[in-house]
Amino acid sequence: MAIAIDEAVPGPVTDDAPSTRRRGGGARRVIEVVLLVVLAVAMLFPVLWMLETSIKENRDVYAVPAKFFNFDFTLDHFKDVFVGADGGRSDLSVSFLNSVIVAGASTVLATVLGVPAAWAYSRFTLKAKKDQLFFILSTRFMPPVVVVIPIFLMYRELGLIDSKLGLILIYAAFNVPFTIWMMKGFVDEVPSEYEDAAMLDGYTRLQAFWKFTLPLLVPGIAATAVFALIFSWNEFVFAIFLTSSQEVRTAPPAIAGLIGGTTVDWGLVAASAVVFAIPVLVFAFLVRKHLVAGVTLGAVRR
Amino acid sequence: MAFISPALLLLLGMSVFPLLWALYLSFTDYSATRATGTDFVGFDNYTTILTSSEVHTRALTTLVYVVGAVLLQTVLGFSIAYLISRRTRGRGALTTLFLVPMMLSPVVVGLFWKFMLDAQFGVINSMLGSLGFGQVEWLTRQRTALFSLIVVDTWQWTPFIMLIALAGLTAVPAYLYEAASIDRASEWFRFRHITLPMVWPLLLIAVMFRAIEAFRLFDLVYILTSGGPGVSTETLSFHVYKVAFLGFNTGTASAYGILMVLVVIVLAQLYLRYLNKLKEG
Repeated sequence: MAIAIDEAVPGPVTDDAPSTRRRGGGARRVIEVVLLVVLAVAMLFPVLWMLETSIKENRDVYAVPAKFFNFDFTLDHFKDVFVGADGGRSDLSVSFLNSVIVAGASTVLATVLGVPAAWAYSRFTLKAKKDQLFFILSTRFMPPVVVVIPIFLMYRELGLIDSKLGLILIYAAFNVPFTIWMMKGFVDEVPSEYEDAAMLDGYTRLQAFWKFTLPLLVPGIAATAVFALIFSWNEFVFAIFLTSSQEVRTAPPAIAGLIGGTTVDWGLVAASAVVFAIPVLVFAFLVRKHLVAGVTLGAVRR
Repeated sequence: MAFISPALLLLLGMSVFPLLWALYLSFTDYSATRATGTDFVGFDNYTTILTSSEVHTRALTTLVYVVGAVLLQTVLGFSIAYLISRRTRGRGALTTLFLVPMMLSPVVVGLFWKFMLDAQFGVINSMLGSLGFGQVEWLTRQRTALFSLIVVDTWQWTPFIMLIALAGLTAVPAYLYEAASIDRASEWFRFRHITLPMVWPLLLIAVMFRAIEAFRLFDLVYILTSGGPGVSTETLSFHVYKVAFLGFNTGTASAYGILMVLVVIVLAQLYLRYLNKLKEG
């Protein structure tokens, strides 16, 4: 079973020491709580600051010393994310749409290819199965900057440079190892006896998988797909090297491009970062039960 | 196998074939911008890379970065996990809050810290100023730039270690603590002889995973410092990019990349073997 956050904590380590130690324990507890609060504030402050900057009037964004409260509120930055200077669609909104298409299509492709493979790896005895699985996962560890050099040359030959299809393919390849590892864990949890029983009833192996195992896998597939979606959505290195035109560019290089000029509109950067991050946080919250497996590429499950 | 081959084909086409191509290019003087005249140069590219003092500097920078960042986030992440595990109430909510940085794109994280660390109107200097400290040029001074990079990476990835450590702490059976408290074992003894040995294997997995990721790091450097000032924050990844896409020495860059891949393969093998041992044991 994957670990849920709510369960991912041991039972309370109660201080069973006799009452003479109670007072020391109390002081210690206060210190621990204070420490936790300080750490939580430090971890969350950048996120809050980003949120705050995105709703500040420009002159307050650049205020020295920084204004924490009493700033003038505006939603202009968010408007600028979606509406261009000429009143039409902004360049950023186009790249957000591209991100949706690229992340969505690559996730579908990775899922369609990865789930049957995961099922086969879970159910059948294959030659050097462990080696195959380890090989598959190790492709995911390749440094993107290194992989992108031959991919760039290859795409130049195939005419896939600066195309959404090119990005979709590379992201799918990037997500397939994860999908296989993650899904194998889920398939392992479904007893293969279900399929054996169905086959005794005259179904073929494939029908048995389709009719009996697959429906049980739907929650796992959904969780896996959400992680793949997040990985593709957040990806930056391939996007910046393999695409260049405004029509194809996804959101991460587009947002990074906002700081290219001599002056930087930090309010706009903050607003687009917020718009970009919100779907990820929502999705991550939905799959929080599977986070441990998800962030270790399906390798750690308990 | 009909079920496995489509996935394997995609991996062969998008991972294995490109790497083999890079391997081939690494033995040539090919340049992506020059149309003609590609010659075999044997191991020249490799000797160039391995003997280049520039590369040695980058390797050292990367080492400092990887060790510094992973060490910091391990200590912090484990501490937070330990503190959370001792709370009875609000653990779920606390954990969720702590996990936010990890889910953000490196682009968003990099941009935001760049803004916060800005020497002029950044909020960090502003806060330091109100405490009476002078301005610090976080990202534009040799001394502080690499440190800032480590801090930002630590901010983003401490939750990762925390999450895994927390999962490890769950696995410690309560009866061990009960037995220890019957024996009147001290708090430190319980931590040293029960908690740590039980959590250690899983923690090591997280540390190795983070080390591989930190070694590959590119996006944060690209956004925060672009390798500067000078070359003080140029990691190996960033240097490969410069050789390949700014210098267009594709052959040399390929050899460089292959060497990096070798390092990653060794690290990944260690990681996977250890993981395998853990699963069987």
